[in-house]
Amino acid sequence: MARVTTGITSSHIPALGAAMQTGTSNNDYWGPVFKGYEPIKEWLKQPGNMPDVVVLVYNDHASAFDMNIIPTFAIGCAESFKPADEGWGPRPVPDVIGHPDLAWHIAQSLILDDFDMTIMNQMDVDHGCTVPLSMMFGEPSEWPCKVIPFPVNVVTYPPPSGRRCFNLGDSIKAAVESFPEDLNVHVWGTGGMSHQLQGPRAGLINKEFDLKFIDDLINDPEHLSLKPHLEYLREAGSEGIELVMWLIMRGALGDKVRDLYTFYHIPASNTALGALILQPEETAGEPLNPRKVMSGHSLATA
Amino acid sequence: MTETKKERIDIHSYLAAFDDIPGTRVFTAQRARKGYHLNQFAMSLMKEENRKRFLADESAYLDEWDITPAAKQAVLDRNYNAMIDEGGNVYFLSKLFSTDGKSFQFAAGSMTGMTQEEYAQMMIDGGRSPEGVRSIKEGY
Repeated sequence: MARVTTGITSSHIPALGAAMQTGTSNNDYWGPVFKGYEPIKEWLKQPGNMPDVVVLVYNDHASAFDMNIIPTFAIGCAESFKPADEGWGPRPVPDVIGHPDLAWHIAQSLILDDFDMTIMNQMDVDHGCTVPLSMMFGEPSEWPCKVIPFPVNVVTYPPPSGRRCFNLGDSIKAAVESFPEDLNVHVWGTGGMSHQLQGPRAGLINKEFDLKFIDDLINDPEHLSLKPHLEYLREAGSEGIELVMWLIMRGALGDKVRDLYTFYHIPASNTALGALILQPEETAGEPLNPRKVMSGHSLATA
Repeated sequence: MTETKKERIDIHSYLAAFDDIPGTRVFTAQRARKGYHLNQFAMSLMKEENRKRFLADESAYLDEWDITPAAKQAVLDRNYNAMIDEGGNVYFLSKLFSTDGKSFQFAAGSMTGMTQEEYAQMMIDGGRSPEGVRSIKEGY
C-alpha cells in the first residue's frame, strides 16, 4: 500500500533558481538560505527518506494557465512535464517525470470525494514546481523521484479557502492509501511565507504572523484552516495567500505530526522563507539536530 | 466523511474588504476582466520569437493587442503600478520584466517609490513592517 510518509514545505521563488544558475548560492546573501536547506537535503539522502513520488502542491504563475483557463485545483497526469519558458528561457533543469498511474488514481479518488479536479495531460511546469526540486535535490541530471505536479489557483480571486485546502489534503491522504503499490509518497506544500510583490506596500514581511503560522500548522491546523483570506492579505501580504497550499500538505498528514525540522529566514529576495519537514506522529522519525534554524534578519530582536 | 456546510460568505462584503488594504490591489474578477488583453499580451512574451519582435518595435507589437491607450503607455513606460491599475497581474507582468532581464525584486521595488538600493536594504533589514498598513479604516 502507498502511504504519505512526509510533508515538506518550501519556498519556490525564482531567485533561488537564479542563485544556483549563476553560482551565487554561497555568497553572503544566499549562503544562509542554502545552508538552511542543507539538513533537508542530507535527510532526504538517508535510507527510507527518499520518496518514490512527490505530490508537489504549488501555484502556476501564469505559465501553464493564462487568463483563458483558471482551474482551482489541477493535477498533472502526464508521463512527463517540461520546464516552462517564463520569459527568460526555460530553467535549465531536467524534465519532471510523472507517475500517471498514481496521479490518475488520486484524480479519480478526489472526484469521488467531491473535489472536482482538472486533469492535465499536457502541461509545462514553472518555477513554482521546479525550484523546490532544485532546493531539495540540487542539480542532478535527472530528478531522483517521480513527481505529480498539483497546481492550485492562488492568483485570481477567490483562491480556495484554507478549510477547503486542508480537507483536500485529507482526501489526498485517503487516495494515496488506497493505491495498491508500495510507495513512499511525500506531499510538499510550497510558496510563502509572508510577502507582497505589488503596489506601494510591496516588501511586506510579518515575522510574528509567519512563526505563529508554522506553530499552528504543526499543532492546531484545524483552527488555522479557518483563517479567512482577508487576514492573509492584511497580515502576510498579497502573495502570502500562497500559504493556503501548506494546508493541503498538512491535511495529508493526519491529526498529529512531529516537526522534524523548521527553517525560517528573512529575506529571500521579496519574501520570508520557511522550509519544514513534518511526519505523521505514529510513523515519525527522529527530529534533526538542530531542530529549528532561524537565519538572516529573523534573528533580530523586535 | 461528509463536510458540514459552513456559513456562507457574503461575496459583497468579501470583495469590499479588499479595498481597505493600503497600497494593495487584489486580483479580483473585476481586475482580471479589465486586464485580460494586457495580461494575455504579457503571456505572449513566453516565446522567444515574440520577445524579439516586441523588443524590436514595442509600440507596433502592442498595437496587435486590444489594450487601452493607458495600458499601452504603462507598458512602454514600464510603470508597473499603472499596469496593475489597468488590470495587470504581477505574475503575468513578470514575463515583461523577465524579457527586460529584470527580477521580481526589481519590479516590486519599482512600485514602492523607493530606489532599488533603498528597497533592497529595507528587505535586508527585515522587510516592510505590517504596522499601520493592514487597514485604512482601522489604521492598524
